[in-house]
Amino acid sequence: MSARTGVLTEGRELRIVGFLCNWCSYGGADTAGVARFEQPTDLRIIRVPCSGRIDPLFIMRALVSGADGVLVSGCHPRDCHYAEGNYYARRRLELLKQFLPITGIDPQRFEYTWVSASEGARWQDVVTKFTNRIHDLGPAPRMQGGSGYDELCLKQIEEGVKQGAACPCHKERAL
Amino acid sequence: MRIGVFVCHCGSNIAATVDCPSVAEAAKLFPDVVFATDTMYACSEPGQDGIIQAIKEHRLDGCVVASCSPRMHEPTFRRALERAGLNRYMLEMANIREHVSWIGKNKELNTGKATELVRIAAEKLRLNTPLFANQFDVTKRVLVIGGGVAGIQAALDCADAGIQVIMVERETSIGGKMAKLDKTFPTVDCSSCILGPKMVDVAQHPNITLYAASEVEEISGYVGNFDVKVRRKATYVNWASCTGCGLCMEKCPSKKSHDAFNEGVATTTAINIPFPQAIPKKAAINPEFCMKLQKGKCGVCAKVCPTKCIDFEQQDTIVSEKVGAIVAATGYDLFDWTVYGQYGAGRYPDVVTSLQYERMMNASGPTSGHIQRPSDGREPKRVVFIQCVGSRDKSVNRPYCSGFCCMYTAKQAVLTKDHIPDSDSYVFYMDIRSPGKGYDEFTRRAQEQYGVQYVRGRVSMVYPKGDVLVVRGADTLAGTQVEVEADLVVLAVGVEASKGAAHLAEKLRISYDQYGFFMESHPKLKPVETNTAGVYLAGCSQGPKDIPTSVGQGSAAAAKVLTLFAKDKLESDPQVSSVNQNRCVGCLKCTMTCPFGAIKDVKDRAGNTKAEVIETVCQGCGICTVTCPHGAIQLQHFTDNQILAEVNALCQPELEF
Ligand SMILES: Cc1cc2nc3c(=O)[nH]c(=O)nc-3n(C[C@H](O)[C@H](O)[C@H](O)COP(=O)(O)OP(=O)(O)OC[C@H]3O[C@@H](n4cnc5c(N)ncnc54)[C@H](O)[C@@H]3O)c2cc1C
Ligand code: SF4
Ligand code: SF4
Repeated sequence: MSARTGVLTEGRELRIVGFLCNWCSYGGADTAGVARFEQPTDLRIIRVPCSGRIDPLFIMRALVSGADGVLVSGCHPRDCHYAEGNYYARRRLELLKQFLPITGIDPQRFEYTWVSASEGARWQDVVTKFTNRIHDLGPAPRMQGGSGYDELCLKQIEEGVKQGAACPCHKERAL
Repeated sequence: MRIGVFVCHCGSNIAATVDCPSVAEAAKLFPDVVFATDTMYACSEPGQDGIIQAIKEHRLDGCVVASCSPRMHEPTFRRALERAGLNRYMLEMANIREHVSWIGKNKELNTGKATELVRIAAEKLRLNTPLFANQFDVTKRVLVIGGGVAGIQAALDCADAGIQVIMVERETSIGGKMAKLDKTFPTVDCSSCILGPKMVDVAQHPNITLYAASEVEEISGYVGNFDVKVRRKATYVNWASCTGCGLCMEKCPSKKSHDAFNEGVATTTAINIPFPQAIPKKAAINPEFCMKLQKGKCGVCAKVCPTKCIDFEQQDTIVSEKVGAIVAATGYDLFDWTVYGQYGAGRYPDVVTSLQYERMMNASGPTSGHIQRPSDGREPKRVVFIQCVGSRDKSVNRPYCSGFCCMYTAKQAVLTKDHIPDSDSYVFYMDIRSPGKGYDEFTRRAQEQYGVQYVRGRVSMVYPKGDVLVVRGADTLAGTQVEVEADLVVLAVGVEASKGAAHLAEKLRISYDQYGFFMESHPKLKPVETNTAGVYLAGCSQGPKDIPTSVGQGSAAAAKVLTLFAKDKLESDPQVSSVNQNRCVGCLKCTMTCPFGAIKDVKDRAGNTKAEVIETVCQGCGICTVTCPHGAIQLQHFTDNQILAEVNALCQPELEF
C-alpha cells in the first residue's frame, strides 16, 4: 500500500494535513461524517485541543517536509471553548500567511477557517474547496536532498511569527 | 514501548469501505507495534475484553484503537485500558469512521487513509506518558438560568435534594411561556393550575434564591467552581418591601404601556405586576412609559404605595455568586411573523399570533377569557388557523419543525368550540405531526368530535373584505383553490431560540447551532449535557419541545447536577500545561496570554522569576505553549514533540508503508 511514492499523477491523492480544534471543527468534521457528507480523501486530520494550540512551526514543518497543503480550522471567533484561543490563532495564522511568500512557499497552500460543531455541511464545503485548490496547484515542488530549508531559517520565521502572536491586545476590545 | 493496534469494523460501518484486516496488517510494520488485529465491535463487551486480554498477553504499554471519533468513545477505551492496568492516557484513537469510511466510498483510498491515521496515532502514542489526575473541591450550588417550566423543574429537583439553587430570570416573574397558556394539550387541563403550585414552591423553597428581572453578566471559572456575576436590573421598586398589593397599578395614570405578558393584546400601566400569580409578586416600572422617569412629572405610585418602596433613583446592581454547575433553560421566543407580507405582516388587527390567542382565551387574560376580535370586540364565528408560520420554511431560514404547533393548534380549535359553541374552525396545515402519547387521538378528536375542518395546503394570502378576512389557499388533497371568510385568523407562529441565546452561549462557552439553539453533547446519548463540563441544558433552549419533554429535561439536568455533586472532590483533567523550570526564563509571556489566569509567577531558590501552572485552574488549551519562546511550558498530552511526531509521520518526503 503506497500512500505516496514518487511523482504524483492525475487522480492521485495529494498530501493535505489538517489541524482541527477538538471542540468545534473536529466536531464539525464528525457531524459531516455522521451525515455521510462525501468528501475528497486527501486530508489527514490532527486533533488539537484549541486552535490556539497550533504552533505556526507545525504548519511550517508540514509544508517544508512534503505537505502539499495545510488546512487549519477552529471555533468561530467569540465561540472558543477556551474563551479566546482562536483570537491568538487568528493573529498567528495571519502572520504566518504573510511570512510564507518569503520562504518561497505558495501561501495558497495554507488556509485557515472557522467551522462549528454543528456545521457539517460547511465542513464538507471547506474540505472540498481546499482539496480542489491544492489539486489545481498540483504537488508542491520538492527540494533536492532534504527540505531545502535550513533549521535556522525555520527558526527565524517561527520567531517572527511568535513575536507578534503573543500579543493579548484583543483582550481590551469587547469580546 | 510495546504498542497494540485494534482496527474496528463497526459492523459494516467501517468495514464496508475500509479493508480493516489489511490496515491491521500494515500497522504491524510500524515502529514499536508488537500486536495488531481487527475486531468486529471494539466497544462491545467482547471487543473490550479482547483489548484487555491482548494488553496482558502481549505486555502492551499502550494501545491505538482505530474506530469511531474519540469524541464518541475515548472515555470507553480509556476505561478499558485502566481495567487492564494501564494508564488511561496511554490510548490513542484513529478516527476511521466519521473521517474515513462515512465520507468516501473508494475502498482503496479509504484503506490507505485509515492506515495513515493509525500511523499518526501510533507515532504520537510513542511519546505519551502516564498522567494522573489531581483532586479539587466542588462548590455544591447550582445556577439555573431561565425560570420557565424546564428551569423550574430543574431548580425544584436540585433544591429538594438539598442543593442550594440560584435562579436567574430575565422577566419580572418566572413561569415562562407556560404561564401565558390557557389550557394544555392533550389533557386540556388548566396551565396555571399545574404550573402555579410549582412557581409558589420556587418562591417558598428555603434552598432557592430567585433573582427575577436579572441576567447573567459574566461567568468565569470551570466545573465545580464557577464565578457568576448577575445583573439585577433596576425595577424602580424596592422589592424587599414591596408587598405586591397592586395599589400603584390602580392609580398609575400611564395606562398605555406595552403589555409584554399579554403579548400586546392589551395595554397596561407603567408600574405593573404582570399577572396575579406572578412569582415574585412584585411591581416593576417600565421606564419607557413612566411619566416620572420620562418627563419628571407624576410620582403618583410613590405617593400611594403603603410601604414607600418606589425608588426612581434605583440603579442596576451586580451580585456575585459561586456555583459548581449551571443549567441553561432559557426557552424560546416566537418567530417574527410580520416578515410574511401575504398574511398582512401585522397590518390587520384580526390576524393574531397563537400566543396572543392563548391570552385571549385565558380567563385571567385581558378579555377575561372572552374571545373577541381586536378590531371591533365582536365575538368571531369563524376562526381560521394557519400552521407552520415560520416553521419548515426555507425561504425565511426556518427549515425546522417547531414541534408543538400542530398540537396547540388542535387544542386552540377545540377550545374555540368550547368558548363559542356556534363557531366553526378551519386549520390550514402541511402535515399533522402528533407523535406524543395520546396526541394523535387528540387531533382526531378535534376533527371528529369538534368538527374542526382541516385543509391540507399552504395559504397564499389573507386580505380584508368588508369586515371579514378572506383566507385564500390551496387544498392539495382536493386539488383545488379554497377561500374561507374568517372573522379571526390565528397564526401558529414558529419557535426560535430566545433572544440573546447566542450571546449567553458565548459566556457559558457552549456551542449553539445556526439558529441559536444550544448544542447538546451528543444528540442521542447526552441530550442534556454540553461540551463544557458542569454546564447542562433543559427545555426549549436546546430546540423546540413541548411541556412534558421540557419538564423531563429539567429533571434530567437536575440528575446530572446531583451526579456531579455526589462526589466531594472532582478529578481535574491532567491534560494541563506544565513548566520546565530549567528552560523558563521568567518572561511571563505565558501569564499574559493565559485566558484563565492559570499561570502564576514564583521565585526559584536563586531568586529568579519562573512561571508555574495552577493545575486545577488550567483548562488545557495550550495557548501558552505556543506563546513561550523557549518551549518551556508544555501542554501535557499535546506537547510540541507529540504533535510534531504526528506531522512527521505524515510528511516525510519518502514516506512509504
Ligand atoms: C401558543 C402556544 C401554545 C402552547 N401550548 C402548549 C400545550 O398546550 N402543551 C404543551 O405541552 N406545550 C405547549 N406549548 C409549548 C410550551 O410553551 C413549551 O414547551 C414550554 O414553555 C417550554 O418551557 P421552557 O422552560 O423550555 O421555555 P420558556 O417557557 O420559554 O421559559 C424560558 C424562561 O427563560 C427566561 N429567559 C430567557 N432568556 C433568558 C436569559 N438570557 N436570562 C435569564 N432568563 C432568560 C424567559 O424569560 C422564560 O421565563 C405551547 C407553545 C405556544 C407558543
Ligand atoms: S512564556 Fe515560557 S519562558 Fe516565559 S514565563 Fe512562561 S514558561 Fe517561562
Ligand atoms: S494551557 Fe496554558 S494558557 Fe491554557 S489554561 Fe493552561 S496555563 Fe492557561
